[in-house]
Amino acid sequence: MVTVRVDHVSVRLGRRWVLEDVGMTLSAGSLVGIVGPNGAGKSTLVRAMLGLARPDGGAVHIDGRAVATMPPRDLARAIAYLPQGQTLHWPLSVERLVALGRLPHLAPLSRIGEADRAIVAAAMARADVAHLAQRIATELSGGERARVLLARALAVGAAGLVADEPLASLDPGHQIDVMTLLRREATAGGLVVAVLHDLTMAARYCDRLILIDRGRLVADGTPAQVLTPDRLRAVYGISALVETGGPAPMIVPLDRIENRGTAPC
Amino acid sequence: MAHEPSGGVAPPQPGQSYTVEAHSAQSHSDPSRSLESRPVAPDPAPPHCLTPGPVLRRRHPLLMPVLLLLVGAAALASLGLGAVMLSPLRLLAALADGPQGQADRIASVILFELRLPRALLGLLIGAMLGLAGAVLQGYLRNPLAEPSVLGASNSAALGAVAALYFGLAEWHAAMLPLMAIAAGMGALLLLFALSGRSESPLGLILAGIAVSTLAGAGISLALNLSSNPFAAMEIMNWLLGSIENRSSEHVLIALPCIIVGAGLLLLDGRALDALSLGEDGARSLGVDLTRTRTRLLFGLAIGVGGAVAVSGSIGFVGLIVPHLIRPLTDRAPSSILLPSALGGAALLTLSDVMVRLVPTRVELKLGVVTAFLGVPVFLFHLLRERRLW
Repeated sequence: MVTVRVDHVSVRLGRRWVLEDVGMTLSAGSLVGIVGPNGAGKSTLVRAMLGLARPDGGAVHIDGRAVATMPPRDLARAIAYLPQGQTLHWPLSVERLVALGRLPHLAPLSRIGEADRAIVAAAMARADVAHLAQRIATELSGGERARVLLARALAVGAAGLVADEPLASLDPGHQIDVMTLLRREATAGGLVVAVLHDLTMAARYCDRLILIDRGRLVADGTPAQVLTPDRLRAVYGISALVETGGPAPMIVPLDRIENRGTAPC
Repeated sequence: MAHEPSGGVAPPQPGQSYTVEAHSAQSHSDPSRSLESRPVAPDPAPPHCLTPGPVLRRRHPLLMPVLLLLVGAAALASLGLGAVMLSPLRLLAALADGPQGQADRIASVILFELRLPRALLGLLIGAMLGLAGAVLQGYLRNPLAEPSVLGASNSAALGAVAALYFGLAEWHAAMLPLMAIAAGMGALLLLFALSGRSESPLGLILAGIAVSTLAGAGISLALNLSSNPFAAMEIMNWLLGSIENRSSEHVLIALPCIIVGAGLLLLDGRALDALSLGEDGARSLGVDLTRTRTRLLFGLAIGVGGAVAVSGSIGFVGLIVPHLIRPLTDRAPSSILLPSALGGAALLTLSDVMVRLVPTRVELKLGVVTAFLGVPVFLFHLLRERRLW
């Protein structure tokens, strides 16, 4: 069980504030979607949660411990991270790649043990890539690769998982696979935070959505509360058809609207 | 007809939205239930998947034994072969006799004064260059990296050239290597200052190129200003790289540097593995990149500096060896570190034996031979990788 508390976090890149006074508390057992336009500060927000971006104001706490002062290994064991558009630099086998997830747990100079190997195998099975174990990771298709990288993050065995755009460049079938997997992790008691662009997917699978625009938290709540036509107009500058008949809203973007930001929020 | 049905699939009718229909078919059922019926997303692991797969083998089981054999053979060849051939039996007898042995005075002198320092230096420097290449390729995530990219070789060479140019090398045999090491450390400080706090390998490479070019300019300046052709010749000869006529004093200078440098470089195998996932990926696995970089740069400056100080710049060993080793391992950066050290030791020592055996009027320089061996490998690699560009 893990709780992430973000307190008035601001992050500056050069002179520009990419994140301003953002606050939230995320608790275990939920799948939280972070949505917002390109460049809104979503990635910076999750990087700040992981201690990868240093806040210029405010602080992030994981289970009451300040991220800024946590030893890197403790942090790595608390929350696993799947970076955006992850590139692989060496043609490792899938099994070897997934086993990298065990690094934060290995004592110095020790080899990967039986227990670690079982966890790696279980992570591969959960992400449905066990059959790819001996394949070379750089030669896989986009969908397989995404699941392998997810398996790598699962192999960390952390109570929290942060995935930055896990659906990028996946076809609808594989998007559903990945979201199902994230959903399952959350239902099993983990905290899963995913940066998402597909609002319909986000609405269908997430318990809670956090909408970020120009570095500020604009809305935080259930998908139905967050994804209203007015807000889509104000934040994304689009008109959209929002179907609210089902259990989760379904969003069909229609047109670009030029006067972004003037509509009521 | 504007839209003729083909293959029995009716095209979407104008005005009828595909998406909305597909959605409404699913949206009223529980999303997770409707998804688990998909064949590609099965429920929790089937039991057989929980048993670990084949052992995570890091290297071909024969790799290390074969490399050790090669190193042994190279050492033996380096001790036995040359202008005077010493049989293994004669070698053993001389070795047992000690440096002052009188039983076979010729063998004792050749072995202890000439061949042993040369063989030891070949092994040590080769190991250092191979290891440094493997570490740098892993750290910079660039298969074309080698010890000279960060300026370690060039700056150490500049120190040595300065010692030759100002005549300091004639004072004492240790002056030249010591100046080389000092210059290597100075370049390291410059590298830290130039690359700043950036964690990206690109910033480091650019700073390294700047340092390397500056040192190269200094070497050219020394050649340019040298008062007579013999002084220039001496500098050129040294720059070509060789371990000919080295004494046990050289071994004593190189050995501690290489032990400390190699020790520092061997510490970070896991961080290099984690870096296969990029900087953020590595940091999220608990790797402290600042420490890794500090250790790595010190290891390079001390180790490669110490090696270059004694041998002059010997190129391409650090580039080729990791490429020869990598296909025989799981290709993780940490798996090639030790084998690259052994491979480098064997390759450099064997090249040195070749230098002695090839009958040329003037003895070939080691750096020349390794470059001739290295270029074909380099080209082969470029051609094979071209499909990725």
